[in-house]
Amino acid sequence: MENFAVFVPRLVPQKDYFAPGHRACIGCGEALALRLVAKALGRDVIISNATGCMEIVSSPYPTTSWRVPWIHTLFENASAVASGIEAAVKIMNEKGTSKKTPKVVAMGGDGATFDIGLQSLSGAWERGHDFVYVCFDNEAYMNTGIQRSSGTPFGAATTTSPAGKVSIGQSTWKKNMPAIAVAHDIPYVATACPSYPFDLMEKVNKAVATKGPSYVHVLSPCPTGWRHAGDLSVKMGRLAVETGVFPLFEVVNGKYKLTMDFPQLRPVKDYLTPQGRFRHLPKDEVERIQKGVIREYEKLKKKVEP
Amino acid sequence: MSARKKDSEITWRDIELGAVIRTPGNAAEYKTGDWRSEKPTWNKDRCIKCGICALFCPEGCIHHDKEGYFEADFYYCKGCGICARECWTQAITMGPEEQ
Amino acid sequence: MNKTAMTGMEGSLAMAEAVRLANVDVVAAYPITPQTHIVERLAEMVANGELTAAYIPVESEHSAMSACLGSSATGARTFTATAGQGLELMHEVLYVASGLRLPIVMGVANRALSCPLSVWGDHSDVMAVRDTGWIQIFAENGQQAFDLTLCAFRIAEDPKVLFPVMIHIDGFHLSHVVEPLYLLNQEQVRGFLPPFVHPFPLDPDNPVTMGAFTVPILYSEARKSMETALRSTRPLINYVFDEFAKLSGRQYKPVEHYRTEDADTLLLTMGSFSEIAMEAVDHLRDRGDKVGLIRLRLWRPFPFDELRRASENCQTLVVLDRCVSPAGPPGPVCSEVKAALYAQKKRPNVAGFVGGLGGRDLTPGEFVQMVERGKVIAAQGGEEIEFIGVRG
Repeated sequence: MENFAVFVPRLVPQKDYFAPGHRACIGCGEALALRLVAKALGRDVIISNATGCMEIVSSPYPTTSWRVPWIHTLFENASAVASGIEAAVKIMNEKGTSKKTPKVVAMGGDGATFDIGLQSLSGAWERGHDFVYVCFDNEAYMNTGIQRSSGTPFGAATTTSPAGKVSIGQSTWKKNMPAIAVAHDIPYVATACPSYPFDLMEKVNKAVATKGPSYVHVLSPCPTGWRHAGDLSVKMGRLAVETGVFPLFEVVNGKYKLTMDFPQLRPVKDYLTPQGRFRHLPKDEVERIQKGVIREYEKLKKKVEP
Repeated sequence: MSARKKDSEITWRDIELGAVIRTPGNAAEYKTGDWRSEKPTWNKDRCIKCGICALFCPEGCIHHDKEGYFEADFYYCKGCGICARECWTQAITMGPEEQ
Repeated sequence: MNKTAMTGMEGSLAMAEAVRLANVDVVAAYPITPQTHIVERLAEMVANGELTAAYIPVESEHSAMSACLGSSATGARTFTATAGQGLELMHEVLYVASGLRLPIVMGVANRALSCPLSVWGDHSDVMAVRDTGWIQIFAENGQQAFDLTLCAFRIAEDPKVLFPVMIHIDGFHLSHVVEPLYLLNQEQVRGFLPPFVHPFPLDPDNPVTMGAFTVPILYSEARKSMETALRSTRPLINYVFDEFAKLSGRQYKPVEHYRTEDADTLLLTMGSFSEIAMEAVDHLRDRGDKVGLIRLRLWRPFPFDELRRASENCQTLVVLDRCVSPAGPPGPVCSEVKAALYAQKKRPNVAGFVGGLGGRDLTPGEFVQMVERGKVIAAQGGEEIEFIGVRG
């Protein structure tokens, strides 16, 4: 099926470009997200991947889970490498040394995207390269053992923002990467979640079809780091969306569009309670998070044009 | 599954230029099924052949048989239980992996 | 032999001209003194249609080299240039370029490293990247800035090599000084430099995985494979120099000699100060001293055989380093030379001097001083750093 507007899982192409045998944790929400993204991308791509969970679990030499051309080099430069690939593809076509025009896709986790790789991503966006950037956001530096990133949500316990006698865990609010993407005036920005697989794959399709830079931010539930049961990964993603913690939306040429709106958001504690990383939070901090989520959700809704 | 040398037998001369891997998807030789401590079983009376389990499997190891009923490839299945959790008709149960 | 007329241009512009004639596909550019004229000239060439290439104005040197990785891995002929701090900022990326065997060519306008900040020339940036696995060649004049850049593409992209290559030109002394030189024409270059064909580029029709990680049981084998391959590029480098000589009449060698035939003392330099040293040699020869000069044209792979042959009949070898190795053995080049000669049955006494730092000039007179003082300390086997031209 070419578009995912018909919500029939059976009709989704069977072919996976991200092969099983990868070393992701049992129940990994990010591996699920990646598998769906790879499925939507298809074969005609070149992927530039930053160091992180997905890179490590998919490429232990001499084996690889990748069935498409894929290059990993360093942590902070996936966008710069992608810029070089994109420029090479364009110029080789212009000079007639190649007729192939694969789509260039850069991928990175929240650490690679929000923190160490923000500069190279900003540079690639400003230069307007024709590439998709997919951020797999599991909200911490998970591959190195659950250290905080600027994508870690307020109140979450990580090893470098532990909950303790004088600390409630992460003390700053999650960095708003989609807003940073929109501030670069790129033509397509979207948030997605593997719990809504058709929406995710459709957004990837739209990103690929966009001429110029596009950004897809995928919330990736991590049972290991978020400390919930492995079978709850899809449910956690759903709860993140239903509570308004991670709203699904698109920004097409600067115009905001909510993917779905809820007449009533679920209370945020429905999302926080099943996760060990929030277990230490006292009632007043949960309240603060609830207020923060509503505040951000209202801000987002104001940006949506009628 | 494959005839390649064991890691501990690979010599420096066997390493490809730039340590590039030229066999796409050959991670499929690795038996992640060994990780499992629980395994999913499909109840064909309840299975409506919708395929949501196959879509939500992080390994991508759930496929349908000739009749359209879904089942896991136990070479890869890690026993995470997402399929059982998400199945709309609760047709999948997680049970202990036999020794 | 020279089909073009003699012209005059800065080393930077000569290098840019070579890049244009090589019909490069992708240039990643970030400006830093004293390399700016290279990237500016290339931008001008692209803007005027003199060069058909993708010009990526990246936002840092780390991204410059990273973009080069992507471009080269896709099968495009790739060039960038940097200097000093820029070379350091891309330090980790350099290892990736050689580890992945990508034939990127980079011009480096050698510059001192902070602190204190200095935009002027010395070799501290080069010495910091010794072990990055790149082929490294030193130019000593504007003609070589042009010639060796062309050779760099030919060497890098050869299927027997597939390693990145750095061409070193001294900051300001070569990058900004107008020198007389002969260019080659497009037809000559086309004959010398075939198109780049990567053996297995990033291509959906033949998917490869580049940059997998290795566990301890495999990393050593991967490193030995790469190191052996780099060491084995020596014959091809010599072959390319010979082919270039047939084309231009200018013969380059890993170690080049000046008046060394019966020398009992040799100076050893790299880069533009070689020409100052030649003046000193002429002066010393005039007064009857048997002094000669050897220059390392090829820095990596290190020219062990040529160095040993060049120095086996002299008593004293005086090495100039344009870089300090703080609290280490005197001078990086001097220590490598000593190490290379250590096991020789017949070898000279070696004296090392450190000078020409941060753009400081050395005069022929100072080279004469080095020879005279060098003979003394070499005989004593001194291990202290001897600075030349430093007050106090």
